Amino acid sequence: MKVMLSTTVNGEQVQEAVLPRTSLADFLREDLGLTGTHLGCEMGACGACLVLMDGVPVHACLVLAVQAEGSTIETIEGLNETGAAADLQARFHDRNALQCGFCTNGMLMSAQALLEANPAPTRDEIRDALSGNYCRCTGYEAIVDAIDTTARDRAARTEAAK
Amino acid sequence: MTMHIGQSQRRENARRHLSGRGHFVSDLTLPRMLHAVFVRSPMAKGRLVEIDTSEAEQSPGVVRILTAAELNARCKPWVGTLAHFAGMQSPPMNILAEEEVLWTGQPVAMIIAKSRAEAEDAADLVMVDIEDSEPVTDGAAALQDGAPLANSAARNNLCYEALLETPAVNEAFADAAHVVEASFTFGRHTAVTLEPRAVIADFDPSSGALTVHHGTQTPYQFQDVYARHFGLPEGKVRVIAPDVGGSFGMKLHVYNEEMGAVAASMILERPVRYVADRLESFLSDIHARDHIVKGRMALDAEGKILAMDVDDLAPVGAVSAYPRTSAAEGNQVIRLMGAPYNMPDYRGRLQVAFQNKVQTSQYRAVGHPIACAVTEALVERAAEVTGLDPFEIRARNLIADDAYPHVSATGYQFEKLSHQASLAKLREMMDPDALRADQARLREQGIYRGFGIASFVEITNPGAAFYGVGGARISAQDGAVVRMTPSGDIHCAISVTEQGQGTETIIAQVVADQLGVSPERVSVTTGDTATTPSGGATWACRGAGIGGETALRAGRKLRERILTLAGALLQADPATLRLEDGAVVDVATGEARITLEEIGRVATYRPDTLPDGVDHSLTVAHHFAPSGYPFDFTNGIQGSLVEVDVETGIVRILKHWVVEDCGRIINPLLVDEQIRGGVVQGLGPAFFEECQYDTDGQLTNGSLADYLVPMACEMPDIEIAHIETPTEDTILGAKGVGEAGTAAAGAAAMNAVNDALRPFGARLTQTPMTPLRILDALDAARKQRTDP
Repeated sequence: MKVMLSTTVNGEQVQEAVLPRTSLADFLREDLGLTGTHLGCEMGACGACLVLMDGVPVHACLVLAVQAEGSTIETIEGLNETGAAADLQARFHDRNALQCGFCTNGMLMSAQALLEANPAPTRDEIRDALSGNYCRCTGYEAIVDAIDTTARDRAARTEAAK
Repeated sequence: MTMHIGQSQRRENARRHLSGRGHFVSDLTLPRMLHAVFVRSPMAKGRLVEIDTSEAEQSPGVVRILTAAELNARCKPWVGTLAHFAGMQSPPMNILAEEEVLWTGQPVAMIIAKSRAEAEDAADLVMVDIEDSEPVTDGAAALQDGAPLANSAARNNLCYEALLETPAVNEAFADAAHVVEASFTFGRHTAVTLEPRAVIADFDPSSGALTVHHGTQTPYQFQDVYARHFGLPEGKVRVIAPDVGGSFGMKLHVYNEEMGAVAASMILERPVRYVADRLESFLSDIHARDHIVKGRMALDAEGKILAMDVDDLAPVGAVSAYPRTSAAEGNQVIRLMGAPYNMPDYRGRLQVAFQNKVQTSQYRAVGHPIACAVTEALVERAAEVTGLDPFEIRARNLIADDAYPHVSATGYQFEKLSHQASLAKLREMMDPDALRADQARLREQGIYRGFGIASFVEITNPGAAFYGVGGARISAQDGAVVRMTPSGDIHCAISVTEQGQGTETIIAQVVADQLGVSPERVSVTTGDTATTPSGGATWACRGAGIGGETALRAGRKLRERILTLAGALLQADPATLRLEDGAVVDVATGEARITLEEIGRVATYRPDTLPDGVDHSLTVAHHFAPSGYPFDFTNGIQGSLVEVDVETGIVRILKHWVVEDCGRIINPLLVDEQIRGGVVQGLGPAFFEECQYDTDGQLTNGSLADYLVPMACEMPDIEIAHIETPTEDTILGAKGVGEAGTAAAGAAAMNAVNDALRPFGARLTQTPMTPLRILDALDAARKQRTDP
């Protein structure tokens, strides 16, 4: 039996009937066609499905869609459109901090959340913040570099604005 | 004129991934698409008595339940042997188990339902009655007389054996001043691509055409496989491999589930999707490595290597993988032993055994890490007994940079390598004297650091000798179609594929330089058998060396065509013209005579204005297969610095260094990241990754919560340097780079851990080097000291 779900996804009001067992990830991908959120393990270990739920990164594979009732969800598509992470995306591109691209959504979500909470992380803190994000291609160093550079750029911009 | 080969260029296709717009098969939905789930054997060995699907058939959403009788009848069985592996055996395989189950997780029935969830619900209701029998899980036990058969259809449990031997190997050992030896155990691990295997098979009965959207690195191979095994004309089979979420060799083997999706689509005449979940991936993706190696090395009094004698036992599962075989890894292990060194004599024995586990087969750096770890651990022991330091013993033994061409004792022909220069470069980067001083100082504080180095040779750019002569239908050539559009832009369709390495970017760079345009004007298409010319695609590092050369030659053909056309238009000798900055330029004056846009316009819209007989077609095709040396070999050396906590056994990897020679570098940015990714795939199995089985043949850690993969916080910064020795077999001179990082990372790490543990006399010869194994080694050494 489907139940009605009312939520905000990437700034748009969404009303859909969903099965109670549907995960938020399946809801986003299959019902809304937001396939930028990927599924790598479906047990909260790989981080490919991270989305922002009321501003906090959550594993969309571990959250039921019905739990998103009344909340605000932001996926990679939304983050991309608002331009909030444009500088981070650009540094990832410069540094080739992705290869197959399957983990990239989750990496950007983790990085964005980290820099919100800690605008000047050390490299060790960046590596630590990525401890729930699995990448098989890059060796991680390029990702760390990209996040590190973004943090410095943002700090420099803040300083310049003062 | 700006040359783009050799420059760090960003990947344009990375923008799509960064904005969440990738096109992965697992993202694709087709009209009327159905979902497949497999019922799998819960036990490793047994006789199938009955499969009762009656209750499952009534489950909501179920469209059809397929069992072997119906499904296997659609598919010609496959056999994973190669003709040039003399005496090799492997019983035929088909989609679903019939009569006998051979490994835990082998599919026995296929549920087709309207959603994956409904298919999973129904799978739980299928009653499978299996009369279980004792599985064969241990490789050595499998080969003993009287061992039960892992696979009743096999003659015995010996899949393949081989012996390589030079005439004087026994004398070399008899005459040696020193002989060092050790036994090694290398665990089973698996690729763990972040996107699991994914396929959507779409058979259209109205046209008889099969389209398969397949997350694979080798679309042409699968076009051939699907056509032959399902009895379809090759021209009616299209394989589309768009973005692929990691492959590393794992996504080029034939799997039961993908074949099942094709068969089901043909039966149901609807698109059928199968996407493995992570738990299924651990049970059904090929696993890798799993070797027990006994090795000896003979040296003279000056520490010069005289010979190696190596015995490799490789259990590979109950059947050999198709079409590349599960014996190729062991074959490469025994052939790569001692590869960087002047080693006159050698004996290598390989035994490949059947056992009741999922197949092992080719995964990134096939055989390299095993050969490298054994060789380099023995070299390290040789350094100890001869009193030489790790750099000095290698300096004495590595093949001299001016000693090429060189043939190894195992029969490999090396065109030109740069081992000595690489060693010197690594020494400069690592500063071993400073590391030794740090080590001594820290030991006084109870901190145990160690460093290790490992030289390697990497096999790249295989020609037809690799699989072709063995009868496998795996293309040795690649193809490119390069065309100029009416507005003067360039398009290249090429058979090498992109899984994130940057294939499309480097092809654009190569083509751009041939045609005097910027890479932004070159668009590249890969991964679709309907729109690209046939070829081997991306495996064994073919992308740059073979794909790049194919693109270069195709680009030059188009250049000649354009210059001929320009000559006709300008009434000039084409030999006086060249292409530069998007225009035809007079060689003598450097003056631009006509733009590519203008040539495109005339050739396309006003060919009537050209002189009679001038060929105005702006599309050329070229296919290229390596000739000359059977392989390109690359080389390099790696160093690793670790700190071992002797109380907990936990290792911190502090730093890793790589010196690598892949010939001509097309894009330094991408090459470095390939190497870094490769290093981490070598460090993973050295410290964390292992598919653990119990004696019943059950995989006990088949999830990402239980199977450890390297994460950012455990991995070090990786410093990289290059030496460039281009191959003279091609115009481009590029070799491969994909296996290089993986080849020697584990070997360097093992030497580093053993260097750290030297004060305790403890030594690791098993990977992964888990904390428990390190503590066990310390314990064993302690007992040996107190209990002589």
